[in-house]
Amino acid sequence: MTLNLNAQVPMGETALQPKAQREWAKIGLILLVFAFFTVILIVPVIYVFVGAFSNGLPGFLSTLSSREFLNALKLTLMAVAVAVPLNVIFGLCAALVIARKSFRGRTFLLSVIDLPFSISPVVAGLMLVSLYGRQGLLNPVLQAIDLRIIFSFPGIALATILGGMPFVAREVIPVLEEIGDEEEEAARTLGANGWQTFWRVTLPSIRWALVYGIILTTARAMGEFGSIAIVSSNLIGRTQTLTLYVDSAYRNYNSQGAFATAVVLAGLAALTLVIKQVLEHIYVQSHKIE
Amino acid sequence: MTPASIEIRPSNRPKNVLQKVSIPWIVVFTHMFVILLLPLLALLLRALVLNPAEFWALATTPVALSTYNITFGTAIVAAIVNCLAGTLTAWVLVRYEFPGKRFLDGIVDLPFALPTAVAGVTLATVYNQSGWLGQFFAPFGIQIAFSRVGVAIAMIFVSLPFVVRTVQPVLQEVEPTIEEAAWSLGASQFDTFWKVILPPIIPAILTGTAQAFARAVGEFGSVVLIAANIPFQDLIAPVLVFQRLEGADIPGATVIGLVLLLISLILLLIINLLQAWGRRYDA
Repeated sequence: MTLNLNAQVPMGETALQPKAQREWAKIGLILLVFAFFTVILIVPVIYVFVGAFSNGLPGFLSTLSSREFLNALKLTLMAVAVAVPLNVIFGLCAALVIARKSFRGRTFLLSVIDLPFSISPVVAGLMLVSLYGRQGLLNPVLQAIDLRIIFSFPGIALATILGGMPFVAREVIPVLEEIGDEEEEAARTLGANGWQTFWRVTLPSIRWALVYGIILTTARAMGEFGSIAIVSSNLIGRTQTLTLYVDSAYRNYNSQGAFATAVVLAGLAALTLVIKQVLEHIYVQSHKIE
Repeated sequence: MTPASIEIRPSNRPKNVLQKVSIPWIVVFTHMFVILLLPLLALLLRALVLNPAEFWALATTPVALSTYNITFGTAIVAAIVNCLAGTLTAWVLVRYEFPGKRFLDGIVDLPFALPTAVAGVTLATVYNQSGWLGQFFAPFGIQIAFSRVGVAIAMIFVSLPFVVRTVQPVLQEVEPTIEEAAWSLGASQFDTFWKVILPPIIPAILTGTAQAFARAVGEFGSVVLIAANIPFQDLIAPVLVFQRLEGADIPGATVIGLVLLLISLILLLIINLLQAWGRRYDA
């Protein structure tokens, strides 16, 4: 007993000195991180709100009720309405294929799905122009059937789909891999068909990941800018999405309008984060109960 | 019970898997082909129309070379800043308790959620000569917005979450007890950091940094707004592609676009290799 105590005293002493140092290091590091975030992130984001209300609430509301804003909002929502469901169906299918099947080229397929993350939005827009543009490969066909893609809504929709492609698959794959396929196998041995198995067994267990993926896809779809700037003719009130409206209002020295729209977009972004935190909380809770 | 399930499985599996897989496969390939591969192929074909000498000439004009130089130089700076700041942020979030921790953890993802056009407008306003933050630098003759410094800040902003979010989970798995064991064995703070804490998180740091770099190289929305976009000064390659397209110079845009595409493919390969390396470290 005494021997043990003697052995512990010097150990405690050596550990004590760094501990005091560590307390200072801790405070210093925390302050450093906050300083970095303040300069890069917090001050700019606060500014979005200040800029939006620089002419008070009436100025803010007049932007939000202007025809240009409402048209941009409508176009953005239309693009979201097309892009999100398609990307969700694609993401779910891709996740099922990748997580449940072992085949040659699985990693390759995963990389291809990830491509839109690493391709510059400008290059994504350029790709669409190379295919559907006036000098594009499909132009003869498009002219024959009198269909316009670039500089009109289909192009905007395609660019939005392309940018948000990977999110659902990215969120759902790890969850599918983690839960394994025993329950699905069990359902199948009990006579469930593929659709029943998916609907009653697979879907409930991936629902949080799926919802999270949908939210990210939606957020990305609303914020898509670079590729749309290329495929849209950017006509005020006609082919301008919310992000294009922010850009053109700012360039035309209508900073109040730019920031009011930016606040709407930033508010949606913040909402995304809040929902994400809530979902993560629910997810952790539901796993604790099990 | 067990023998029965063993018997049923092999006989049931092939049929069911075929049934189940066919529809998802069709969806995956159709979507991928129409949305991604066909446009990608179109870009490649449009570039192949040019003969190699022409291609090379367009890819290496002085303006193009200067944009690669500015894009990479600035993206490297941004990636290094994010590597250091991101690792530090992950460390602080995992190891320390302090007021505002949940807030900090929550806002890390904001740059991903915030549209880049919004980021660009905001950063340009805050960092210009008379802006909230720019005014502190202006007296020293440091111009941030409409210069390469501004480009770097935009790139840091948009790629901020990568390093934090890749290092955080890995760091969580490194037990503080191992570190304390090193302390009690007499290791210095420096030694503990280099030999105990750092090695297991290096793959995550490198993966996050590479992702941040890739994002910074391709970034358009925020940079086009904060930069003056003057050739040889702060014009980056993605903005050059955009300008060429606006000027209806399709071959010029295609060539620079293809160069950017190849670079992002190489970076994607590097990121995949780094991730594979990280997983091997796990096992």
